[in-house]
Amino acid sequence: MDQQTRSHPVAQNRTAVERKSDRELVVTRLFDAPPHVVFRAWAEPELFRRWWSPEGFGITLLSCEMDVRTGGKYRLEFAAGGTDTMAFHGKYLAVAPDERIVWTNEEEDEGAVTTITFEEQGGKTLLTFHELYPSKEALDEAMAGSAAALPMQLDQLDELLPTIGE
Amino acid sequence: MVQYVMPSLDLSFAALSDTTRRGVLEQLGRADASITGLAGKFHMTLTGMKKHVAVLERAGLVVTEKVGRVRTCRLGRHGLEAEAEWIEAHRKLFEARFDALDKIILEMKQEEEDGPANA
Repeated sequence: MDQQTRSHPVAQNRTAVERKSDRELVVTRLFDAPPHVVFRAWAEPELFRRWWSPEGFGITLLSCEMDVRTGGKYRLEFAAGGTDTMAFHGKYLAVAPDERIVWTNEEEDEGAVTTITFEEQGGKTLLTFHELYPSKEALDEAMAGSAAALPMQLDQLDELLPTIGE
Repeated sequence: MVQYVMPSLDLSFAALSDTTRRGVLEQLGRADASITGLAGKFHMTLTGMKKHVAVLERAGLVVTEKVGRVRTCRLGRHGLEAEAEWIEAHRKLFEARFDALDKIILEMKQEEEDGPANA
C-alpha cells in the first residue's frame, strides 16, 4: 500500500539504495515530518537506539554513545550472537542542526565518510544517507560482504583473509 | 542450481563467530568439498555440518550445489551478482531501520502537536 505522493515525483516513501560512483553509496527515503523532527531522531542517542538496530537482523545494539556536535565522537557496540561484540566508532566532522551530519567510520583503515542531509519537501523530509569511500577498492571490499569488511576483533580473520580473497 | 544468497555484514559476522565455520572456510579456500567430507574432517555428524554450512550459505560466504546425491560446497563468489545482492541486503536493512524510524517520528510529531505551545 503506497501512499500517493502528489507534489514531488522524486519523493517516494521507499528506501532506495544506489551505488552512485566507484566510491559512493547513497540511500534515500522520504519521511512524513519536517527536518527538525527527523534530525532529532538521528542526533539523540535515546531515540537513535530505538530504530538503528531493527529486529530480525541478528544484531542487538548494546550501547550507544553519541556526542552529536562538530568534533564530537560516537561509539556503538553490537552483539552479534554468542559472546562476540562488534564496535563502530568515529567522530562528527560537521553537524548543522536540522540540515546535515557528517561522520567518520574508523573501525576500518579505509572507512567511509558518511554524510546525511535533511531536505525539506513540502513539510516532509527527504533524507539522504551518503557514504564516500577513500577508494573504489574500499567500497568493493565493503560490498564483497565477506570477512574482508569485518571488524578486526576477530583476530583469526587475518589468517583467513588470503584464502577468501582468492 | 547454484544459489547466491548474499549478505548483510551482520550475517557474515554472525557466521564467522564460530570456530568450526571459520575452519570450514579455510578448508574450502584450499579445495571444494562435500558436506560429508567436511563432516568427516571436523568430526561432526552430517546434520551438524549441514547446519553450519547453511549459516555460511545464508551469509553468502559459501555456495553449495547438489550434483546427484552429493552436495558440494565452495567459497562464495564476488563480483557483479554479489554486488547486486549486497545492495539488496543493504536496502532491506535500511528499510527495516527506516520503518522503525517512521514510527518514532510519528510519535514525536504527535507529542509536538499535543505538547504545550512554546514553553
